[in-house]
Amino acid sequence: MDWVLSNQALILSLTLDHMRLAAIPIIAGFVFSVPLGWLSVRLPRLGAGLLAGVGLLYTIPSLALFMVLPPILGISILSEANVVIALSIYAVAIMARTAADAFSSIQPSTLRSATAVGFAEWGRFISVELPLAGPVLLAGIRVVAVSTVSLVTVGVLVGVPSLGYFFTDGFQRRIVPEILTGLVMTMLVALIFDQILLRAGRLVMPWTRVSLGRATAVI
Amino acid sequence: MDIIREAWEWLLAVEQYQGPGSIPQRVGEHLYFTVVSMAWASLVAVPLGYFIGHTGKGGGWLVGLTGSARALPSFGLILLLVLVLGVSNREAAAVIALVVLAIPPVLAGAYSGVQQIPRSVIDAARAQGMTELQILLRVELPLSLPLLLSGFRQAVLQVVATATLVAYVGLGGLGYEIIQGIPLRRFDQTFGTALVIVVLALVLDAALAWATKVATPRGVRVSTIGDVRARESLVQPAEVPAPSVMLGTK
Repeated sequence: MDWVLSNQALILSLTLDHMRLAAIPIIAGFVFSVPLGWLSVRLPRLGAGLLAGVGLLYTIPSLALFMVLPPILGISILSEANVVIALSIYAVAIMARTAADAFSSIQPSTLRSATAVGFAEWGRFISVELPLAGPVLLAGIRVVAVSTVSLVTVGVLVGVPSLGYFFTDGFQRRIVPEILTGLVMTMLVALIFDQILLRAGRLVMPWTRVSLGRATAVI
Repeated sequence: MDIIREAWEWLLAVEQYQGPGSIPQRVGEHLYFTVVSMAWASLVAVPLGYFIGHTGKGGGWLVGLTGSARALPSFGLILLLVLVLGVSNREAAAVIALVVLAIPPVLAGAYSGVQQIPRSVIDAARAQGMTELQILLRVELPLSLPLLLSGFRQAVLQVVATATLVAYVGLGGLGYEIIQGIPLRRFDQTFGTALVIVVLALVLDAALAWATKVATPRGVRVSTIGDVRARESLVQPAEVPAPSVMLGTK
């Protein structure tokens, strides 16, 4: 406890770094996956190949991806961009499949009815497809958020500071409370992100309040 | 793109394939950790998953566990366990951390594999006069195998990825060349090793995908067996449509 009390400023600043590093990939994962998932339902043949390709990226271990990306993109291995881009790739890899599931679970008759009552393409997507896919999309992005927050810690090995710093520093200096602090704070950040997403979901999808409440136990 | 050429030359250099710390030796160490951890994890998770799936008790508890386990950073867990158990026990510490990582997907695979079997199939087996053991071995086991294997595949994926980090506590594996190469700025070595890791992960994943396909019993077509990642959310029946199992039409 002494260690925690005397290092409060460092804990706070690394927690904020960690949140910033995790937030961008989570948002990128959502923004890129929704059109990808929608497209793969619209064009199933292209979609199957696209999803398989994106999914394959998830098999690449993070430490390896941190090494492979920089030369390809022309950025430094030790840069923050490296970690953020790698984690965004994982986010899309996890999320694209869920997004495709979300859109494909909408009943075709619902879509035909929407067209019949006069929705044009774009309006139908915004007012019919997106709300119906919403709960599954939310479940997917919550999975992405939790795994991204945990993966950020590996970035410390390529010199990008996050709560993972407490793991390596605590290990080298043999301070168990320091590593424990890193573990607890990482899980706390995951919990906070999960709650934010859950609440945001309830806010934009008030009709799902009952079923989402039940789903809180999931993560 | 010089680095890519240099990495390629590093990979082809003969020193990489002989003596201590050669690529084959690192692959061996990597696979050793993967196999040992998966064996322990399966030993714990498969019977437990079948028990929960068969009896239907504790499913909710399981869903909570699989979700929150994802939040636990395994890198931190490895380092914590090495410090707590002592550096001389670091191998056991790393294996424990990898087992903790591997249990949730295997458990979820075993559980959802049994759970998705239509109740009527099990009732029919019982009506034919099968004992509980026969139901387990001849009905539930074959019908659940594809989902169990896809959970297993997901676990292997995560263990292979995380086993790159055991090098940080001096246990070798393919991560060694990367973790040692970064401070030395030997980017040919780090890039080359990363390629080996990627190939290893892809080969293991493809092998398990093939095994999953082969394990699907004839007469049973599971329509959404395609990808392990779709399985992640399978234990949340309300959110994601469960795979529709179609028994062969008579």
